[in-house]
Amino acid sequence: MSHAKSLRPSATFSQQVLDEIHRAADQGIYEIRGFGAKRSLPTFDDLVFLGASMSRYPLEGYREKCATDIVLGTRYARRPIKLKIPITIAGMSFGALGANAKEALGRAATAMGTSTTTGDGGMTEEERQSSKTLVYQVLPSRYGLNPDDVRRADALEIVVGQGAKPGGGGMLLGHKITERVAEMRDLPRDIDQRSACRHPDWTGPDDLAIKIQELREITDWEIPIYIKIGATRVSYDVALAVKSGADVIVVDGMQGGTAATQDVFIEHVGIPTLPAVRMAVEALQELGMHRQVQLIVSGGIRSGADAAKALALGADAVSIGSAAMVALGCNRNIFVEDYEALGTAPGYCHHCHTGRCPVGITTQDAELEERLQPEQGARWLRNYLTTMVLEIQTLARACGKTHVLNLEPEDLTALTIEAAAMAKVPLAGTNWIPGNNK
Amino acid sequence: MAAFDLNSDSVRTLNQHLHDSPSGTLSVTNPGGRHCIACGIDAPVEVSIDGHVGYYCAGMNKQAQVTIAGNAGPGVAENIMSGSVRVKGNASQSAGASGRGGALIIEGDASARCGISMKGVDIVVAGSVGHMSAFMAQKGRLVICGDAGDFLGDSIYEAIIYVRGNVGELGADCIKKEMTADHVQGLKQLLASTGVAANVDEFRRYGSARKLYNFNIDHADDY
Repeated sequence: MSHAKSLRPSATFSQQVLDEIHRAADQGIYEIRGFGAKRSLPTFDDLVFLGASMSRYPLEGYREKCATDIVLGTRYARRPIKLKIPITIAGMSFGALGANAKEALGRAATAMGTSTTTGDGGMTEEERQSSKTLVYQVLPSRYGLNPDDVRRADALEIVVGQGAKPGGGGMLLGHKITERVAEMRDLPRDIDQRSACRHPDWTGPDDLAIKIQELREITDWEIPIYIKIGATRVSYDVALAVKSGADVIVVDGMQGGTAATQDVFIEHVGIPTLPAVRMAVEALQELGMHRQVQLIVSGGIRSGADAAKALALGADAVSIGSAAMVALGCNRNIFVEDYEALGTAPGYCHHCHTGRCPVGITTQDAELEERLQPEQGARWLRNYLTTMVLEIQTLARACGKTHVLNLEPEDLTALTIEAAAMAKVPLAGTNWIPGNNK
Repeated sequence: MAAFDLNSDSVRTLNQHLHDSPSGTLSVTNPGGRHCIACGIDAPVEVSIDGHVGYYCAGMNKQAQVTIAGNAGPGVAENIMSGSVRVKGNASQSAGASGRGGALIIEGDASARCGISMKGVDIVVAGSVGHMSAFMAQKGRLVICGDAGDFLGDSIYEAIIYVRGNVGELGADCIKKEMTADHVQGLKQLLASTGVAANVDEFRRYGSARKLYNFNIDHADDY
């Protein structure tokens, strides 16, 4: 009897790599897609909490208080932002998302006592009306930027970069540049729009300090000013952001999502959120500004566990983008034939850039948008945020904390050497932190 | 007429006044190159600044007529919405950046990136402009009575550039275009309304070749 020879795959030229080279040979352009980094990366899964023991008291799960409220922008603003929970909704553009999705985000955030953030498309009426606390982004593109919206914002966020593409500008392909989107962005319809990657009127941190002054002058010093950076040289960037005068710093790790970016950018630029948090906190501590300039961390935050670990490492809050989309229905196992028409399937879809989102989130198509009703979307997101908060409180109480911001690095241990080195938390069962030359 | 002397009054006090109770005319003396003077105005006031200003003078201006009797630092009239800003001297880089309406008039020269990212403002420069002017310019008109530096109109969208003097190397996707009767008429009106004297027949028009609007691998060299 003869045996068929078993097929032997190449680890270097895997099926995925072969498919990509064939695609590049056919199309002559880099792959553009949505979602965040899909490759395996060190995450918060590699850290665990040390719950109460003989040396630590836990708090009762239901009776004893574990507060979750935070204040952002205490450094200079006359009206800092008070949030009921330490989870905010990250910036996502109208254009990338449809109006229903933006409204759903606003409603849920308002119900939970937290904030949403505009994106590269500017401020829509839907979001301003539905979101009680709205952070207005000032991006390199400056699409739609105007002083009326600046003044009716609750905070401003100067975007230097985002985790999915630090050093890259926004991108919205022609089929999503509808009449309304084009008008808001002062662009012709149907073109492949690329936002600038550098701000038009400031270059380095010294100029940025003056730009922040200008925004404070225009808003009469009332509202906080955030700076958002994609996680790369986090230590330097956070120090420079503090020195430029930021009230709040947002650090977005490489797992951060996007609606349309080159795959090569998403997968190969930036550092994971895990080391980024620790580097940002250290930079703040070195300047004596930890908790005075607040730190919001984003980039692949998926659960209350992730959020609690980020807080334990020293963040004041986390921000969710991709996870909020998933709560609204992204990759849900419905309308399967529409996923298939895009060449994908529920659980694998990253086709936000096509504008044909099967669940009506990242689309400008009226028929598809009907699939996401703002009220239902808001209910889903509210449930998810509630779950996250309960999870954070569960973990905080287990560590004996009466406020979630009292979580600390000593409450954590690492399961891998990489996580121990990145988070500067000892490897479980040891006192060893790789890289600490003691 | 209200008057502010920035040797004794703060920029904050001046700006708060301009936001709270602006009316009629207002003079600002001794600006001393300070930053953020007269930014965020939203009222039909006339502001005369006697001297040089720093960064972002008249930033996000709405309705006001601001005159700077001196030079202006980077970002003068950035994101202007309406009204006018006139610089009697020279302007530093990124003059009129992302401006969305109104008019910016520079009687001297402007520097690099004049009109960068403009979104509807009219900018008239009696002198010359530096490199990368009208970079990613989306809408509006940039009129240059003198010369333009290299990479003029790089990645331009639908903004229109008129140049009377010499042009260095043109930026990606920016080409010379025909001056129609409508363009001539419009330019004449703009020069008249901004008080800049120049013969319209000496101008050439530049704008987008529109080859970068949708990706095409046959134009890959342009990326």
